[in-house]
Amino acid sequence: MIALVKKQSAQVLEMVGDYVSMIWDVCWAALKKPPAWSLIQEQLYHIGVMSFSVVATTGFTTGFVLAAQSFYQLGEKGLAGVTGVLVGKSMITELGPILTAFMVTGRVGASMCAELGTMKVTEQIDALKSMAINPNAYLVAPRFIAGIFMIPLLTLFSTMMGIFGGYLIAVNLFHLSAASYFDPMQIHITLFDVATGVIKSFIFGILLVTVCCYRGMNTSGGAAGVGKATTQSVVTSYILILLADFFLTMALNMIHQEMKYDWMRGI
Amino acid sequence: MIRIRNLWKRYGKNDVLKGLNLDAHQSEILVILGRSGVGKSVLLRHIIGIEKPDEGSIEIDGVVITNLKKNQIYRAVKNMGMLFQGSALFDSMNVEENTAFYLNQHGDCLTGKKLPPAVVKQKVKEALAMVGLEGTENKMPSDLSGGMRKRAGLARLIVYRPKILLYDEPTTGLDPITAQQINELIVKTQDELKGTSIVVTHDLHSALFIADRLALHQDGQIVHVADPESFMKLDHPVIQFLRENLTPKRRKHR
Repeated sequence: MIALVKKQSAQVLEMVGDYVSMIWDVCWAALKKPPAWSLIQEQLYHIGVMSFSVVATTGFTTGFVLAAQSFYQLGEKGLAGVTGVLVGKSMITELGPILTAFMVTGRVGASMCAELGTMKVTEQIDALKSMAINPNAYLVAPRFIAGIFMIPLLTLFSTMMGIFGGYLIAVNLFHLSAASYFDPMQIHITLFDVATGVIKSFIFGILLVTVCCYRGMNTSGGAAGVGKATTQSVVTSYILILLADFFLTMALNMIHQEMKYDWMRGI
Repeated sequence: MIRIRNLWKRYGKNDVLKGLNLDAHQSEILVILGRSGVGKSVLLRHIIGIEKPDEGSIEIDGVVITNLKKNQIYRAVKNMGMLFQGSALFDSMNVEENTAFYLNQHGDCLTGKKLPPAVVKQKVKEALAMVGLEGTENKMPSDLSGGMRKRAGLARLIVYRPKILLYDEPTTGLDPITAQQINELIVKTQDELKGTSIVVTHDLHSALFIADRLALHQDGQIVHVADPESFMKLDHPVIQFLRENLTPKRRKHR
């Protein structure tokens, strides 16, 4: 039993080491010789443009639901006026980043893993190496760069769609005024909330792209192996995104509280 | 010149290479024969730097590549090329883009100078003509037959004129006519480039046609190396079997 635990731990540690080493190699390669613009452009289109409709729909419908839930749950307690703040704050700090990361993982991450996995099992990645090309620099770096630019943008778009969706429901269905939906947002939604959303989406972008690429680049076992790696990449990304969300929420709020106290002590 | 000394490689509990020693000289085609699973392809992958050995050294033109770091290996293998068993064409690119890939990435193999698109196009055209694939420039790898893929893989290899060429079972799964075309191309390429070629194969007819020297890979080691005539006379059970089966026997009809 102890031997099994030891063996499993060693395997996990080795995998984490490989993963970190891949990220290091990608960053180093991208800084040393940035990938060709055409490769980045292709990935910007694939990750960003092709995901816009999915992300917009997700944000929009989440805004609907949030507005309806907050109106029904809080309206009877006379708190219908917080609908806008609730939708806005939830979308900006939590649901926007998380749902966008989940949708992009399902749509783009899975396809990245399957594509790289197929290249691995058909020796295309070995062919790159045999032609003196670092596969991390050629295949992973453009996806990494495109991911860290596009995922925060998609998150921003999804959040805006969510707030707009909530507005449509609140104003047209529940007859709140536009002012009572938007005005409290200006008071209660701070720059910290926006920064939280942006930082989270940036970290989630790094996580989902690197996990899916890592799984793809380490695929073995033919077509079945590609399927298995794709499933694993999506599940691992989801779990890591949720864990990262918790730790980021804690860390950012702690930093924020500390900054607030420092500011008050200064007064 | 390739010099391999005491090469060891273990996958899990299985030792694939067990202290393998081998020399491949300039301007020769060395053919490595051996049964499936003895580690012939693994050996090629070590020579081109895709795999790192557990022990031992590989020296290529005076540079011990087994001592190099990952990024240094990429530089060291720039003038080497490998034809993979499944061709390993990039399936998101057409035949022309596949063939031009190395030149577009690295420029000229010897000088490293970037080549103008017109020169690349011309070189690609010549390479495709050499392997008899004119007119397939816009075809995707999925549209090609097995033999055409092998030839496209060969075009991708010879277009940048590497000094060291490695072939992993180039005729496996091909009909005898296409296999002979590939054999002739290997010899023609060698005559033109005058580099070092190492061919791994099961195909004895092919081996005898192209080899300057033959090596027998058995149980993780090279057990015999000789010119084709001497090789076929060696007293070894595997070579005896090969000798006896060189002319196909007809099975007895019931």
